Amino acid sequence: MLEEVLIAGFGGQGILSTGQLLACAGMREGLHVAWIPSYGPEMRGGTANCGVTLSDAEISSPLVTEPNVLIAMNGPSLEKYGSAVGPGGVILYNSSLVKDYRPRPGVLALGVDANRVAERIGSVRVAANVVLGAYIGLSGVISVAAAVAALKEVLPVHRHKLIPANQRALEQGAALGAAIKGGPAEERLAGG
Amino acid sequence: MRGNEAFGEGALRAGCRYTFAYPITPQSEIVHFLARRLPEAGGVFLQVESEVAAVNMVFGAAAAGARVVTSSSSPGMSLMQEGLSYLAGARLPCVIVNVMRGGPGLGNIAPAQGDYLQAVKGGGHGDYRLIVLAPSSVPEIIELMELAFELADTYRSPVLVLGDGVLGQMMEPVTVPEGDSPSEGDSPLGAQRGQSPLVSPLVSPSKPWAVTGQGDRPERNIISSLHIVPEDNERFNRELEQVQMEIRRREQRVEEYRVDDAELVLVAFGTVARVAKAVVDRARAGGLRVGLIRPITLWPFPDETVSRAAARTESFLVVEMNLGQMVEDVRLAVNGQKPVHFYGRPGGTVPTVREVWNEVRRIREVSGGEEDLRTAAGPNG
Repeated sequence: MLEEVLIAGFGGQGILSTGQLLACAGMREGLHVAWIPSYGPEMRGGTANCGVTLSDAEISSPLVTEPNVLIAMNGPSLEKYGSAVGPGGVILYNSSLVKDYRPRPGVLALGVDANRVAERIGSVRVAANVVLGAYIGLSGVISVAAAVAALKEVLPVHRHKLIPANQRALEQGAALGAAIKGGPAEERLAGG
Repeated sequence: MRGNEAFGEGALRAGCRYTFAYPITPQSEIVHFLARRLPEAGGVFLQVESEVAAVNMVFGAAAAGARVVTSSSSPGMSLMQEGLSYLAGARLPCVIVNVMRGGPGLGNIAPAQGDYLQAVKGGGHGDYRLIVLAPSSVPEIIELMELAFELADTYRSPVLVLGDGVLGQMMEPVTVPEGDSPSEGDSPLGAQRGQSPLVSPLVSPSKPWAVTGQGDRPERNIISSLHIVPEDNERFNRELEQVQMEIRRREQRVEEYRVDDAELVLVAFGTVARVAKAVVDRARAGGLRVGLIRPITLWPFPDETVSRAAARTESFLVVEMNLGQMVEDVRLAVNGQKPVHFYGRPGGTVPTVREVWNEVRRIREVSGGEEDLRTAAGPNG
């Protein structure tokens, strides 16, 4: 098993910490993991991305240049990195901000109405964890429980009051992901 | 743990309690980490006014026998070169971390390996070499930081640890032994707090050369790199040469990955060695016999390993994040036995697995073509 996940969006969406959450949860599940932030002019230009590698064997290259999973939280990220996902890959995108994305052949693209789900939970700031939850539910590479447990480690103590909202985001996202598992490739995830 | 934190953690674990440093991207988290942890561990952290000040304060602490570290990134390292030459000339043990960025000049903050030649061939003036270590993962950073202090004390030499922006910013799991965390209680400085503050508490009995006050010694210790009489200076340089030959003989460190039956051997260090390892796996899956030599010590360069591989393999491909620096040392070690190819990306770009893989295929096709020609020409040419 080798999952090379690229998570991208704009600053303030919690892209880097969502990636850390996935890496940390993977570590709790006994997997080899690596997390790399985008580091360069990008980090000062409003967009953000990070690469997370999860593997049951030692990780050779931790750099995610050919992701098999892309989590795109906004339009520009989807445009920029969508073509990097090869055949057999999965793109989970925030359909609250992007409508009707057409992937290249052989790539499964799933829209998650993340902002709407997050608003219902009570904070649009947990939107990235809705999509992360959908990835976890769809792929089953780690358990939702591991991701929830990792929240305590990844969030700084003064943000621990946000753990319940983040937990609901992960759980509701995972339910969406699990629901379409094995379903038709063109199916879109509805948010409500 | 983040790579930059691992540099700090490794220094603490090695018993280092002094840091004089100036922040510069992409290594500033080392400075942040030590600024927080050193006082907790009973040590001293000082943010200084420049890299020049930092390296000279390192000189002072090392002369007093303390384990001391400073860290910087490429432009800051250039400022430290005079100090490094003096440290080498005074034979003072210390550890310096360079988290390299794109260059020359101010360049950028992206990961690069453009400081290889400066690191392994000197950088400062005079006849000296630094021991240079190149980790390629976060756990290895901690391991090599501890080794760096051991080597520094063993050979009375500054030791340079080379990283880059990827290693510094990357997070990987690290196993830290429970209850082994350094604290004030086991710090020599903490333990001896309240005793004479003028005597460095970190002098180990194995450093009788340190300037720690005359004490019971009949002669005072003098730390200097000045040998005004040419014959004296030559004698000193010859002594240094003996030490360096000893280091060359004993301290070459290298990781070999699937080299034994490899027809093409990749050579890469640090971050890009991880990329190269993925290429080896991809090549093997495609039926190509490719291996990897990853120098862990850049000086002394593991030329014995490379030379041994040259006897068995058909060709080498050196992959670096620069325009071709370590490739010179590989060519020296191969010594004309086999072709040495090079692929590099300078200025803050990291070669991708796909790019290196394409290069591997190109080389194998080319050499395959040559073989066909040789066969066609027959045994007598």
